[in-house]
Amino acid sequence: MAKIVINREKCKGCLLCISFCPKGLIGLDKDLNRRGIKPVKFSRQANLNKGGTPPKAEKETSDCIGCSMCAIICPDCCIEVYK
Amino acid sequence: MEKTFKKPQSLRDISTHYCPGCGHGIAHRLIAEVVDELEIRERVIGVAPVGCAVIAYDYWDFDCSEAAHGRALAVATGIKRVRPQNIIFTYQGDGDLAAIGTNETIHAANRGENVTVIFINNAIYGMTGGQMAPTTLLAQKTVTSPEGRQERLHGYPLKISEILASLRAVKYVERVSLDSPKEIIEAKKAVKLAFQNQIDNIGFSLVEILSPCPTYWDMSPKEAMDWIRDVMAKEFPLGRIK
Repeated sequence: MAKIVINREKCKGCLLCISFCPKGLIGLDKDLNRRGIKPVKFSRQANLNKGGTPPKAEKETSDCIGCSMCAIICPDCCIEVYK
Repeated sequence: MEKTFKKPQSLRDISTHYCPGCGHGIAHRLIAEVVDELEIRERVIGVAPVGCAVIAYDYWDFDCSEAAHGRALAVATGIKRVRPQNIIFTYQGDGDLAAIGTNETIHAANRGENVTVIFINNAIYGMTGGQMAPTTLLAQKTVTSPEGRQERLHGYPLKISEILASLRAVKYVERVSLDSPKEIIEAKKAVKLAFQNQIDNIGFSLVEILSPCPTYWDMSPKEAMDWIRDVMAKEFPLGRIK
């Protein structure tokens, strides 16, 4: 089982990690960070961004395979991957 | 659980001033990772450009110098000749390397200075507000070409990497992209080889990195990544040029 840890205060909300997560395990946080931006969140809810469509079925974050795609694409080095 | 991906030590743990989705953050991280892996942190000296990356030295945790606009390779030449044991690299954008600094770039390459050049090509001037750059694509809209770049008025996109590759003293030129995790891994290999060449005294090495500027391309970060892959990489083909 793998997991990621997101630094929500450094996140600028570019959402690239959401686009590249092959399992759809990253969603938007509902709370703002100190920048006033909605950061991403390692969440069960495979959310979102495609035109505000409602989330499909809830997904377990235990699906994470630790592929690091989100961390590699993150321009702000906000994501750490554990495996 | 073991940490398999973390911030490189050569990158400071502070937030950058770049826009969301900007490629500079990724490129900074790649350089920091390569510096860590080659264990040259005590020897490396970066030369920051003028442009969006003007305060890159705040983000890297190793020695850096600043250069006047376009003159990074002239400064790097001086540092390398005085301190040949150090590893010198310049980090320049297209406005810096391919516009105001074309003169310094071509002559440093022609002299075969043993330095590494990281050239960030985002086809636009980011820092000053999205004006047309020499690398802007035909028909690309910018604030100074609102109807798109036209070859009769503005000429064609300048392919500085191909120009430099034609010089005898240039040893390594490769064009890479940041449009997906796969390409970023390829980009890191190219950056690492460019640094390794300098350590092995091979000579002038340049890596051109196609990088997104979502703010002035007027796109979302994901659309900008797709645009690099679908449009920009057609005009600037990826791969090893020399």
